[in-house]
Amino acid sequence: MIPHLLSAADLDHEDAVLVLDTAAEMATLSDRSVKKLPALRGKTVVNLFFEDSTRTRISFEAAAKRLSADVINFSAKGSSVSKGETLKDTALTLQAMGADAVVIRHGSSGAPHRLAEAGWIDGAVVNAGDGTHEHPTQALLDAFTIRRHLRGGEGDLSGLRVTIVGDVLHSRVARSNVHLLDTLGAKVTVVAPPTLLPVGVEEWPVTVSYSLDDPLPESDAVMMLRVQRERMNAAFFPSAREYSRRYGLDQVRMDMLPEHAIVMHPGPMNRGMEIADGVADHDRSVIVEQVANGVSVRMAVLYLLVGGSRQPEPTEVIV
Amino acid sequence: MVASDRVPSATAEVGPVVLDAGDLTRALTLISHEIIEHAKGADDLVILGIPTRGAILAQRIAARIQAAEGRPVPVGSLDVTMYRDDLALHPARALGPTEIPSDGIDGRTVVLVDDVLFSGRTVRAALNALHDIGRPRAVRLAVIVDRGHRELPIRADHVGKNLPTHRGETVRMRLTEIDGVDEIVLMREGGS
Repeated sequence: MIPHLLSAADLDHEDAVLVLDTAAEMATLSDRSVKKLPALRGKTVVNLFFEDSTRTRISFEAAAKRLSADVINFSAKGSSVSKGETLKDTALTLQAMGADAVVIRHGSSGAPHRLAEAGWIDGAVVNAGDGTHEHPTQALLDAFTIRRHLRGGEGDLSGLRVTIVGDVLHSRVARSNVHLLDTLGAKVTVVAPPTLLPVGVEEWPVTVSYSLDDPLPESDAVMMLRVQRERMNAAFFPSAREYSRRYGLDQVRMDMLPEHAIVMHPGPMNRGMEIADGVADHDRSVIVEQVANGVSVRMAVLYLLVGGSRQPEPTEVIV
Repeated sequence: MVASDRVPSATAEVGPVVLDAGDLTRALTLISHEIIEHAKGADDLVILGIPTRGAILAQRIAARIQAAEGRPVPVGSLDVTMYRDDLALHPARALGPTEIPSDGIDGRTVVLVDDVLFSGRTVRAALNALHDIGRPRAVRLAVIVDRGHRELPIRADHVGKNLPTHRGETVRMRLTEIDGVDEIVLMREGGS
């Protein structure tokens, strides 16, 4: 297993399946009376959030607590960061407190990478979303959800067709999902207006479509991305209404999907914008389940990164 | 159990087969009948195997008890990886499946099944794992091979074979389901 989780591209096929298999075991915990495992007893997990986030932070917090870790929540607002402290000094503070894992969300792409590679801290770094770059645990929970519904919860996603719709340009969720779905063998189509596709998308292992109606009848899973108003400082499309018409998932488009297809959304949703009310609450919408799976997947990541020794296994094992 | 799961070092040489398929069958039959006899039937039994090989052995024992008693006995598996005391000494390992029968273990007699009893640390971990799942009326331990060298005050209730070993040796169980053959071999470390 890799020492840090910075990008979904860091996971090879074996590691990705290992995380999903481990998450499946973690998920059985919710049936038990004592929803706690001792794997991270005595370890400290720091949630270092420079950007607002409720669901991701709560999800990581629940995951760490279910593994019996001590959790420290650190949000930039109201902390010394708002007084001008640098990432380095924050990191050195965390190191001095003995953080075994640092879960970081940052508005700047690459901040988790800097934290992991600069040698400021010994602990494992988990990227919980950096700028418009990556959000690997979201991709893992999406893959876990798809696998559970369409592959009986085992193996990889080979041969499945996944359509990702919306603001691919600003979406770290899309970027991480493309990497991971490709690693797991799924065929990915991204659908967006040309203005919301990044430069170089032709290099990605995806098919690009400007029309949502074309790939729908062939899709096993549709992932709707949030229209990120806070990242839109230019006119990327004429009007919200036009976007919704052309790229929103409504009931008519829902009916074009195969019987078994599932609808996903990383949340928070703009109901009526990228996804219609009736679709969001549809039987085949797995959006609420994605949240529950998020905790299991993050438990798996934390366990695999910090549950064991951080040193590589010696070749000869002492019995 | 640890011993059989570890990859032998390059210097290990394969030693004699200490139990062959026939011996294993007899050991399982013996253990199954002891379990029934002690439980006076199979009313409140739950058989839980410790993955990987203990879980397979638990299935075989449950099948024998069912054949003798004429009704199914709840069987499952109990992964102890996260309860091990050496968890932090190795890189994180893949978890085995934990499958608890739907009726749970509260108030029942749980029989833990493992392949080899050695230090007793795996069983200690299993007892802690059980504690998080419920409150059994009693817990019993069945192992195919007891090779000695206990490091904790733990003993087995049902033993297929007592096998005197040196600490440096490795007892390795192979089962048809995953290894293609039923046998138990003793491996000696080279040069020790």
